Amino acid sequence: MPTRQRAFLILASLCLLAVASFGLALTVGSFKVSYGEVLGALLGQEGGAGDVVLQLRLPRAIAGFACGGLLALAGALMQVLLRNPLADPYVLGISGGAGVGAMFAILVGLPVLGIDGLAFAGALGAMFIVFGLAHGDGSWTQTRLLLTGVIVAAGCGALVALMLAIAEEHKLRGMLFWLMGDLGQSTQWWPALLALVVALALAMPFARELNLLSRGMMQAQALGVAVGRLRYAIYLLASLATAASVTTAGSIGFVGLVVPHLVRLATGNDQRLLLPASVLAGGSLLVLADTLARTLIAPQQLPVGVLTALIGVPVFLFLLSRQPK
Amino acid sequence: MSRPLLEARQLRVEIGDKTVVDRLNFAVATGERVAILGRNGAGKSTLLSTLAGLRKAAGGAVLLDGEDAALMPPRQAALQRAWLGQFQNDPFGSTVLETALTGRHPHLGRWDWESTRDAELARGALKAVGLDGMETRQIHTLSGGERQRLAIATLLTQAAPLYLLDEPLSHLDLNHQMAVLELFAGTARDCGAGVIMVLHDPALAHRFCDRALLVFGDGRTEIAPVDDILTAETLSDLYGYGLRQIEDRGHRCFIPE
Repeated sequence: MPTRQRAFLILASLCLLAVASFGLALTVGSFKVSYGEVLGALLGQEGGAGDVVLQLRLPRAIAGFACGGLLALAGALMQVLLRNPLADPYVLGISGGAGVGAMFAILVGLPVLGIDGLAFAGALGAMFIVFGLAHGDGSWTQTRLLLTGVIVAAGCGALVALMLAIAEEHKLRGMLFWLMGDLGQSTQWWPALLALVVALALAMPFARELNLLSRGMMQAQALGVAVGRLRYAIYLLASLATAASVTTAGSIGFVGLVVPHLVRLATGNDQRLLLPASVLAGGSLLVLADTLARTLIAPQQLPVGVLTALIGVPVFLFLLSRQPK
Repeated sequence: MSRPLLEARQLRVEIGDKTVVDRLNFAVATGERVAILGRNGAGKSTLLSTLAGLRKAAGGAVLLDGEDAALMPPRQAALQRAWLGQFQNDPFGSTVLETALTGRHPHLGRWDWESTRDAELARGALKAVGLDGMETRQIHTLSGGERQRLAIATLLTQAAPLYLLDEPLSHLDLNHQMAVLELFAGTARDCGAGVIMVLHDPALAHRFCDRALLVFGDGRTEIAPVDDILTAETLSDLYGYGLRQIEDRGHRCFIPE
């Protein structure tokens, strides 16, 4: 159990990491900007580099941080809700639903706003379908919820594949980038950031109750947690956080799965520390990965989802192999 | 006369469509220990979780300290009674001390962190079940018996006036079975705690409890002082297997025919 002081120390160092990731994201790229110029631009000085920093890199870095934070938070919440260390934000079909919406929007040639709108609608649709089916007789155990989610996700995957198969050649690249997760497509940075702040603010008051919930529903209820209400709230919160992130940047993989695990390994499983630490670590990781994605083979850009997966897969396999039985 | 810690009124418990307990009336006063005995699947655990307010009664009511348990906020209920479940499974890692500290949850405010006093209480509870010195061990490295004793320590940390124990002796060796029963007998005697426990050994029930509640599984229940109800005749009827009773220095022992 971390003490309050230790928790603040860990969070403070993660804040430094976040600042460092922003520093890197704002200076590095096909157009080099020095730290002095970045500071100047941020403080409102007019100058050559100012536009690049303020209008291109900063919004993208903020969107990346918000999406990474949302995914890590949603992942940590899903792992508690399903009491399954392998759960991630997409396991209940949210990204599948968003994918179907987005693919359809691209297929029929809607503008960016339409893609975002349909993606969000698809995510909400998947959320309600999974909840409705899993909740059918009022029992909604973790296993039932998980199975329903996996099946709905598989169905969405089939629909996405169908649309990819019938899509015209010139639309395929955009569709693939969306599916792999790409911050270049994000038009607005503030909805994701707002969602992140709201979601974390809503989750934190319940952090200690989440600790108990991760130990079992009956156990938690016997210790004074209103388990029924709490589970509805987490399901909604985690799903909406995922939907906000997926709408902004497509389905970026592995952040939501790996980051809570990394943080758990480093700090233990106390949600009071785990949730905010995951947000900071997930946000920083995605900003760093996106900076790499823009610079590795510049001027061409990689979808950031490919990089997070490339980093995430070996890290996760390593964690899994040392998971105590 | 103070209010009973727990009172069941015309309580009906169902599993699926089957009524396992029907029109049960009884009350547990401070310092009293009640054993629940019955066959496998007779509904002992279901009855116990209904008494704890963790499960809705199919009929009748459970009163905790005079208030309807069904209407009580979970946190208030957690201050009235502590419940020990049969299964502990832990998908995520945690240390022994952290686990014992979860018992303090109902005593803490929303933004409180566990204080050093809470940690002292948890350490005291761990010592009481013989787990002192193991505070930093990961729970998945514990043996079944140690895990069970940790669950009991968590219960003691919760410090509620009423304990509802579902098979508290499972996984425990003989030495620790006696230690746990003596621990709760002491808590009942010295702190006035009420104890209701599901047991499988009628001899231990006779030795450590004041009354026994027999659950037959078809809706019938019987409750009476252990001396009257724990006899070869009623127990043979309860378990559906002939038992012979032997007395030794005031302790009863039951041997299968």
